[in-house]
Formats: sequence, structure tokens, C-alpha cells
Amino acid sequence: MGASRSRTENPEIQDLSDQTGFSSEQIRILHRRFRQLSGDEETISKENLEKIQALDKNPIRNQIIEAFFDKRNQKDGKVGSFEEIGFEQFVKVMSHFRPPNLKMTDEDKEAMRREKLRFLFNMHDTDNDGTITLDEYRKVVEELLSKSGAIGPDVAKAISDAAMLEVASINMPHMEPDDFYEGITFEHFEQILKGLEMESRMNIRFLDVDTSTMHCGKSQ
Amino acid sequence: MPQPIRESAPKTVLIQLSLQNGKPNARGPIASGPNASGPNASGPNASGPNASGGGAGGAALEGIPGVALQWIDVKTPFLVALWILVAGLAKMVIEVNHNVTNYIPESALLICCGFLLGGVIWGADGVQTFTLTPTVFFFYLLPQVILDAGYTMPNKLFFSNLGAILVYAIIGTCWNAASVGLSLWGCHQGGAMGPDLDIGLLQYLLFGSLIAAVDPVAVLAVFEQVHVNEVLFIMVFGESLLNDGVTVVLFNVFDAFVSLGGPRINAAEIVKGIVSFFVVAFGGSLLGLVFGVLICLVTRVTKNIRIIEPGFIFVLGYLSYLTAEMLSLSAILAIVFCGIACQRYIKANMDEASVATVQHAMKVLANGSETIIFLFLGISAIDKNIWVWNTGFILLTLLFIFVYRIMGVFFLTWILNKFRLVPVEYIDQIIMSYGGLRGAVAYGLAVMLDESKIKEKNLMISTTLVVVYFTVILQGVTMKPLVNWLKVKRAANAELTLIEKVQNKVFDHMLVAIEDISGQIGHNYMRDKWNNFEVKYLSWLLMKPSARRNRDRLFNVFHQLNLRDAMSYVNEGERRGSLEFIRNESAFVDFKKKFDTDISDMMPDITADAADDTLPVPSHMGGTWRHHDIPSVSLEMQDQDLKGLREAEDINSHHLLQQHLYKGRKQHRHRYSRSHFHVNKDEGEVQEIFQRTMRTRLESFKSTKMGAAKKMSHHPKKEDLQKTANGNASDWGRSRPHGDAGIEFPESGGAAGGQRSYGDPFPTRVSYRLGAGVENPAFMPDVETQAPPWLTEADGGAGASVEPSQRAQLHLPWTPSNLRRLAPLRISTQSSDSFQRADAASGPETPPPPPPLPPPPPSHPPPHEGSHM
Repeated sequence: MGASRSRTENPEIQDLSDQTGFSSEQIRILHRRFRQLSGDEETISKENLEKIQALDKNPIRNQIIEAFFDKRNQKDGKVGSFEEIGFEQFVKVMSHFRPPNLKMTDEDKEAMRREKLRFLFNMHDTDNDGTITLDEYRKVVEELLSKSGAIGPDVAKAISDAAMLEVASINMPHMEPDDFYEGITFEHFEQILKGLEMESRMNIRFLDVDTSTMHCGKSQ
Repeated sequence: MPQPIRESAPKTVLIQLSLQNGKPNARGPIASGPNASGPNASGPNASGPNASGGGAGGAALEGIPGVALQWIDVKTPFLVALWILVAGLAKMVIEVNHNVTNYIPESALLICCGFLLGGVIWGADGVQTFTLTPTVFFFYLLPQVILDAGYTMPNKLFFSNLGAILVYAIIGTCWNAASVGLSLWGCHQGGAMGPDLDIGLLQYLLFGSLIAAVDPVAVLAVFEQVHVNEVLFIMVFGESLLNDGVTVVLFNVFDAFVSLGGPRINAAEIVKGIVSFFVVAFGGSLLGLVFGVLICLVTRVTKNIRIIEPGFIFVLGYLSYLTAEMLSLSAILAIVFCGIACQRYIKANMDEASVATVQHAMKVLANGSETIIFLFLGISAIDKNIWVWNTGFILLTLLFIFVYRIMGVFFLTWILNKFRLVPVEYIDQIIMSYGGLRGAVAYGLAVMLDESKIKEKNLMISTTLVVVYFTVILQGVTMKPLVNWLKVKRAANAELTLIEKVQNKVFDHMLVAIEDISGQIGHNYMRDKWNNFEVKYLSWLLMKPSARRNRDRLFNVFHQLNLRDAMSYVNEGERRGSLEFIRNESAFVDFKKKFDTDISDMMPDITADAADDTLPVPSHMGGTWRHHDIPSVSLEMQDQDLKGLREAEDINSHHLLQQHLYKGRKQHRHRYSRSHFHVNKDEGEVQEIFQRTMRTRLESFKSTKMGAAKKMSHHPKKEDLQKTANGNASDWGRSRPHGDAGIEFPESGGAAGGQRSYGDPFPTRVSYRLGAGVENPAFMPDVETQAPPWLTEADGGAGASVEPSQRAQLHLPWTPSNLRRLAPLRISTQSSDSFQRADAASGPETPPPPPPLPPPPPSHPPPHEGSHM
């Protein structure tokens, strides 16, 4: 199906590969997966993604799915969200999770790091105002804890409050009395997460060998 | 590794404690008899009686028994204890000056210290009486170091790099052993070592196998002081732990081959050797896991024997080591995996105090034996008998070890990088090669060589020692400069902030989700599956039900953060004297005496509330609370309301008591009970500190005005803030608009009014109390609990017609509703007012307690506040 079609579209694949850094083999595999998810349609909708069973237990499922439809993650300067995305958008979002390799220069690595961070930041900053406010952050924490049963929204609140307080005290140690800590800006976000080395962690392995055949039974 | 001990048992003796020449009464030969014969490789238990038996036989009642010096009887344990003391003192001396330890690792210094001590002994005795013997090393010194390593192993990191670690540990070690052995043999054939060496190919390979393994103790000692990034650390450290299994097998196989002799080795024997490797390594690991599970199961049911609970971990851990040894499996792998398997569950199962005990005891043992190991590595060198010098052999060994290690690491990493998600960088590879330190394990194995089969045993021992000194001292010293010079990625700051922990969790879930969406079965997918399995089945089996409920990590972090805050808060307060009021007289009243009946009426509700709470902290706190009858709190204000002015002596005597209770915080009230260790920690105090910090945390959080800022922008905050900035807490209280608080807390307002009405007639006293009032957040106002009985009484008694205290009202709305979860017990609305007053009175002199946080301005009720009420 998709595979046979994509072979005829080599220039397109080449183009995508240049844009995203995936190898053409990886793109082919992703394309196959895309067709599988979309039910052989040209575009994919939120419902398609929500159908993935393995995601059911993921506490931040909604945020992840949102991220796929977020125009900011397409890196072309637009804001808002798509109703449906095509394969190109799909791959572009996926490209945030590409692992680094030894050949990359330091600038490349830095760019990649910022890209990953931006993705994460966008996931938190739902209203796209450039800051993660307490409310937005609290929502994430609530979602995060929502599957762990015993923990109620009160605790989520307390945790996000305390976390935010930490951020405030780290980033603005000398706050004037009339200063407001509106929320976490991207710079602060970067600052806070420095220690996490996400450039070496926010990666998944994109196989060159197709595994979807052995996997599709489970996930669909 | 210790397998060969049995074969060479006749030669292995407890630390050579014979002291042949040193003893006055010509009992020398008798005393050294049992030691030299030493079939009792099983240790001091067996050798102790043995030695004393020999001694008793020789000492045929020469003097009056009552005053005779019983040296022989106590010799062994006495010397052991003495050496432990000496090792401890040596470490202490070394650690006196941090300028030295910054440049030279402690292990190197200890070895040098050993040289000195060995020199002293040599000078006194003319012979080296104390050396590190394999039995002592493998049975009494090594296990606790390895258990500690396993127990503190960062599991996630370890398992996510397990593939690479195994490749280094298995293939890398085999490569090292083979290449070093063969190269040395080649050089021997080429005549580089002189004509009179009698070493065959197999013996070279045997030597290669014992010198190949990177030593976990040495590696840990050096890398602990150089904070390299965690992936690099786990690679080096994991390799050094696991390659032990390989070394044991290689050593045993080659040892057997040497015994067999070259011609009789055929393919079948070689296959047997390879098979035995897998059996030994995996059998050992499996056995360790079994013991780990056993520990978990035991700690599930030790609720009633808390005091000896930590012992099980050590005993069972040690048993896993001995059992593996008994079954000829890899003992080190067994104890490593035992530690890895049990760490998580026992931390959840055991009492917090027991967990701390285990951690500390583990560190004491591990650090202690590490010290002894290095010290004795140094002492052992000062012995004329073992030194055989062959420049060619020794230098070539050093060279080959170094070169082949580098080649091995680079080649294996090159292969691994083709498969690794995040490749290992070149700089890290250099450090990995350079971190190939050899240590006591190699020395122990060398000493175990059989002299009848290997003529040049002493040469091998000397070479091993040289290699150990070279790697530990030279490479150890240069490691830090090298790491700095190469700008190796360092480990992140030790402590993660809360937000980082949250982000970590987000990461984990996100990666799994992306893998799901992209349809890949990757690392994260597998980990997720494993986690699910673990949560569903393993923790059901291995964890106490109560612990299972409380296991959310994020929340634990939060809890710990709070506790830490509480501690630092108290320390800070102590330092600044802002907790003085606690010690002050007249701050307390005998609550129990007064309200005994009331409280017992109240308690059921309260404890029920606490019990319902499923959160870790409240249930913990609540639990302790319930056992404790009454917290010590300041109810003095309303007490006065109720009863009028009390007799001064009455109060004073009581306050004296309380004062001592608080002062004695760090002392233990000894109860002379063997099965209970009661730390004299006033529960009310704990409660107080905990909740106070909770509140400070939230207050100062709100002072950052997030959340509140958006909804409450109409407030005249600027004016308020400026006043707060002046530090005059009482001032801003009054300037607050009356209405925003009073509406929500009518009944407490009334109560506070009552208090005030009392306060006015006695201005001097009250002002005194203002400074002295105890702020006990346990008694923070809670709208949900209805006014306690005595309150209504108080209102009536005092004629609650006075206008409500503004301060009281004002304070109330900040009480975050979410605190209720964490602080289930708030019985009264009173002392928050006294808290306020205390702050108000002491405000100008003492700045608000937690310095890094912004000053607590009057913030606005957080948005969620209203909904909760």
C-alpha cells in the first residue's frame, strides 16, 4: 500500500529527508505507519491518534496528541492548530525526537537542543503567550498525576505551586516587591532544564528496519 | 573470583597475625602453629577458638590465672579491631586537609599510608607480619563494598546501559586477558625478559586473566571524587562490577588448564570452559535476584521487629555471597544483583528509620573496608620475600595493559556506537580507557596462585602490585586533571529540583507516547511494559500494601523537599534566634490537663480524618499523631479566655517543663529497651515544623503572585507590598481591606475577638506574649472543622462582642486549602493569630525565616481557595 506508493515518490522523500534529517528508509517506515494510523487516508486526525491503544494509559496523552497538531511545531512561524495533518507535518513533529550522532557539529547540537526544548515548552505553553503560567503548569502536573490513583488534585496543586516557587526563586532571586512572576519564559525554561541534558535523552530510536508488522496487532 | 580459595586453602590464612618474633614468652612457635596450618579458611569464628586452643595448650599455667595477660586468647580479635582502628585513624589523618585530597585521591593516599605503616612493621619485626590475604579480602572485606555498590546502584541508568556494560565486561575483559597474555608470551619468546623465566603460554594467559579485570573498589574510589557524567560513570563502574564474573571464570579455566598441562587440553575442555562461564555468571546473578526477592519478602513482614529489620539486608546479602561461593557461582555478581533487586522494595517496605539505618550502616561498612583494603595493599608491598624484579616483564605488562585497554575500549565503542541511540563520545572513551584501574581483586587472585604449578608466582605478585600502584596512584592522581583538561561532561548538580523531577516524568511518558505513535518498539516501549508489569505484579508480591499506595515518586520528592525545608528552617531559626519564642517561658500551658476530655471527644473525628487520608505524609503524620496523646501547643490565649488569669507559678512550672522538652530535641530519651529505640522527638514539634514550612513555602510562593496576580489585580497590592518590604509585618495587617477575609471566616473572627478582649486588659503581659507566642500551624484555622466546643465556650465567656481581630482574619484566607491534605489536624483557629502576633512583634528584629525566598507580602487568596470553601 503506502510502501509501493512511496517508492514512486522518491523526490518527495528526498525532500523530506533533507528537511528532517531522517534517512529515506526511516521515512518510508514512518510513512507506512502513518498510513496504518490514518486508515489509508492522506491525512490524520486526532481521533486517529486517540485510537492507539497503547496510549490509553499514558497520563499526558492529550498533550502529546495536541503537539502533533500544533502549528508551532512545524517551525514555519505559524500559530494555532490543525484539524488534520498530512504526512509531512507528521514527520516534522517526529523529527524532534531524532537522536544526535557523532558527526554533528557543536552548533548543530545546540540547535537540536533548542528545538527539543522548544517542543517541550510548546507542550506546556498551551495558549502560546510565551510563558508557562501557573495554571498551565498546574494542568500538566495534574495530568501527570491523574493516573496514579491516590494522588488528588490538591496534591497536584501543591506540587505545581512548590515547583513554580522554585522556578521563581531560581530565576529571580532578587524580586522586587512589585514584581510579578508571570510564568516561565523560554529562557528560564532553558535555564531550569540545563541539568537534565535533554539533548541526550529526548530521543527515540527510529529503526531502519520495519517493525510495524510485528507491532500492528497490538497497537491498533 | 574467590573460587580458587578452596584449592589454595592451606596457604590462605587470616591476616597473617602470627607475630612470630614479637612475643615475649617463647610461645612463638605454638602461636604461629594454628595460623600456619590454617585449614580454617572459614574465618575468625573458626580460627579464633583454634588459636586460643593452641595458646591454651602452650600456656601451662605459668602464673596466677586471675591476673595473667590473656594475650593468646584475645590476639586475633584484638588485632583485627586494632587494625580497623588504625585504618580509621589513617583515613582521618588523610582527610584532615582537603587541599591534599583535592589533588590526590584518597585511595592513593591510603596506599602510601600503608607503605609507611608497613615500613614501621618491617622495621620492628624484620618481616612483614601483616598482609592482605585472599580469605580476608574475599570473605570479609569485599562483600560489603559490593553490596553497597549494588544497593546504591542507579537502576534505571544501569539497565538502560546494560547492553554496553555487558559488552565491555565480557568481550572487553576477554580481549584484555587474551591480548596481554599472548603479547607477554610473544615478548618472552622474543627474549625480552631474560632467559631464566619459567613461564609457559598457559601461565601467561592465567596471569593475563587475573590482571585483566578492572577493579570496582579502585574505580569507585577514584570516580567518586571526579564527577563525570552519569553515563560515563555507569559504564566504567558497571563494567568493573560485572567483569568480575568473567575474571573468575577465566582465572578458573586457565588455572585448571595449567594443572592439566598443555597437551591434555582438547576442544571438549575448552567448550566446557565456555559453558561454565555462562553458568557461573548467570547462575550467580540469578541467585542474587532470588536472595533479593527473599529480602523483599522478609521486609514485608518485619513490622513488629523494627529494631533488627536492617540486619536482614546485611545477613541475607552476605548469605547470597556465600551461597554463590558455595555453589561455585560468581559471588560478586550474586551480591550485586541482590542489592539491585531489593533496594527499591525495601525502601518502600521498611520504616523510614530502618532505611536510614541500612544506608548508614552500609556506608560505614563499605567505606571502612575500602579503607582497610587500600591500607593493606600498601602494607603488603613492604615485604622482601615477594619482590622479584624483572624489568622486562613488569614494564611490558604495564604497557600492554594500558595499550590494550585503550584499543579494546575504542574498538568496542566503535561497534556499540552503531547501535546506541546516543553515541559515546571520543572524550568519554578516553576517560573510560584511562579509568581501567586495577586493584585488590587482582592482587587477591595473584596471591592465590599455586606456587607448585607456577614457579614465578612472586614475580606475578610483584607485577600485580606494581600495576595496582601504577593505576591507582598515577592514573588516579592524573584522572582529575585529565577530566578537566578534556572538558569531559560533568554530572549535573546533585539535587534535582522539583520541576526537574516533574519534567523527567513528562519525558518518560512523552517518549513512550512518541514510540507508540511512530510504531516503534524501542527502549522506552520496553521500559513502559516493564513498569506496568512491575506495578501490577512485582510490587504486589514484594511490597507491603500500605507502601504500595504511597509510592508515587513525585510526591515523595515533594515530601522530602518539605522535610528538608523544615530542617533548614529550624536550623536557620536556631541560628538567628527567631525560634527563641519557643524556648521562651510562658509560651505553653498544660493542654492535656485542661482539655483532656475535650480532646478525647475531638480525637475520633480527627484521627478518622487522618486515617482516611491516603497520602503518604498525612498517613504518616497522622499515624504518629494518633499514638501521641496531645501535642504541645500554645492554647494559652484561649485558656485565659476560659479560666481567666492563671496562677503564675502554675504556668511557670509547666513552661519550665516544656522548655526542656524542646531543648532536648537532639538528645535521646533512653528507655533502656532493646527492642525499641525511641527518639525523643516531640511529635507536636515535628508536626509544627512540618506544617510551618508547608505554609511558608506556600505563602512565599504566593508572594511570587502567580495565579493570584491575574485574578486579584484589583487589589491595592502595591501599597501593601511596600509596607511589607519595610519588614513591618504588623503594619500591613492593619492596612488590609477588612472585607476580603472576614466574610469567609466568621466564626474564627469571633474567636479571635474573644482573645483580644482578653488581651486588652493586660497590655504588658500580652505584649510579652506577643514575642513568646508559639506559632503552631497544626492549629491553623480550618473552616471545615466546626468550631471546637471550647471555642463557643470561649466566645460566651469573654463576651464576643469585640470587633474581630483584623490580623486574625487577614491571615486566614491564605491558609491554602491544599494544606489540609498535608496537615490534617487543625483543631483550633487560635494560634494562627498568635503566630501572626509573634511575627508582628518580632518582625523588625528578625527577618522572615527562609532567606532565599522573597519576603512574604500579603498575598491574595489563591484562586482555588474559594472553590474549596
